[in-house]
Amino acid sequence: MSVPLTLLGLLDREPSHGYDLKRDYDAYFGRGKPIPFGQVYATLSRLARDGMATMGEAEPGGGPDRKRYAITPAGRHEVETWLAAPVAPEPHLQTVLFAKVVLALMLGRPAEDYLDSQRRSHLQRMRELTELKQAGGLVDVLLADHGLFHLEADLRWIDTTAARLDALAQEINSTTAERAAGGAR
Amino acid sequence: MTEYETATGAARSNPEVSAATGTVLVNEDVIEARDVVRSFGATPALRGASLRVRRGEILAIMGPSGSGKSTLLHCLAGILTPDSGEIWFAGKRLDSLGETQRSRLRRDRFGFVFQFGQLVPELTAAENVALPLLLNGTRRIHALAEASFWFDRLDLDGLQGRRSGELSGGQAQRVALARGLVAQPEVLFADEPTGSLDSLTGEHVMSLLTATARAEGTTVILVTHEARVAAYADREVMVRDGRVSYGADDRSAA
Repeated sequence: MSVPLTLLGLLDREPSHGYDLKRDYDAYFGRGKPIPFGQVYATLSRLARDGMATMGEAEPGGGPDRKRYAITPAGRHEVETWLAAPVAPEPHLQTVLFAKVVLALMLGRPAEDYLDSQRRSHLQRMRELTELKQAGGLVDVLLADHGLFHLEADLRWIDTTAARLDALAQEINSTTAERAAGGAR
Repeated sequence: MTEYETATGAARSNPEVSAATGTVLVNEDVIEARDVVRSFGATPALRGASLRVRRGEILAIMGPSGSGKSTLLHCLAGILTPDSGEIWFAGKRLDSLGETQRSRLRRDRFGFVFQFGQLVPELTAAENVALPLLLNGTRRIHALAEASFWFDRLDLDGLQGRRSGELSGGQAQRVALARGLVAQPEVLFADEPTGSLDSLTGEHVMSLLTATARAEGTTVILVTHEARVAAYADREVMVRDGRVSYGADDRSAA
């Protein structure tokens, strides 16, 4: 998640105080991890410096949060470009789990048990997200769905990998054996 | 009273609440499979499957195609009998009962929902829902009144007079769910209940199914290969190669 572009996007709605941006950021994107005020103001200063936003005069009351920020045409263009660009569909092949499975097979450890325990922890998380969906509003439903679909994709990989463990072990071990034989020559 | 009955009886009235789902679980096994073996001809489907299910629990049986998960469900429900091993329901052997007794047990104490609603096409939706009550000997007027209550509860109002061909997939499955619950079964068996539905409709059905079962205290045993469906349950077990590969007696997830 790009914090500067997200804040800039929030600013695209209407000129706002840092406080308003933080409140909305936390409500929609923070998800239990509120953005620090300091980060909001530092980001807004950088956006102003780079010509993406303008900083208004301090309003009566004093303090940094009495300044109102507004997006510039350059900032609006930046937001539009960012929104229109697809996120890189990363294959995520080198995940920690992948590394663990391969290592477990190389070391003759119980890869299937590791996959089972991963599957249980994935399903537990899916249960929590399903609960969240049933208790929450539509924003929660959309966010939980995003998480659920990703976890489901991981689970499919876990299932397929579990079904291929024997073949995978054979391949990894024969490669290891070939290397050992090559090294002995 | 057998040793087993004494053991389960002593454990009664010790409810706890599942942290994940809020389901009230009574610390009592309602159904159990012990080392169940079942083959179809020369093909083994179950090779020693064991499983314990607590009263009030919603359990998902997962596993790849051909793993034996549906056969396990059918054995637990007394539809199939094991070649060896035992099935226990409410402290009594179920597998040693005759077909007539098992049939009565299924009718009186179990409910069923299958992948394709399997509604009787000649009957209206209301008559389909009332069917288990009519078979139990309930008078038609009472059975239909009871069915009508379930139409309201499962967002089916106004569809009472339709036949299965006039219902959408999601509607038909909710009618099937109403039929499964109308006689207030102790255990609801559901075999891929959302298998024929799109993702949103399936979620609606699962959400209604689990909310209603929790409200009624009905035990649900659900076969699914979909993790998103299993995530509605209190816990899951995994069936592989005819055995329960994990979760057979697991209480930690619930």
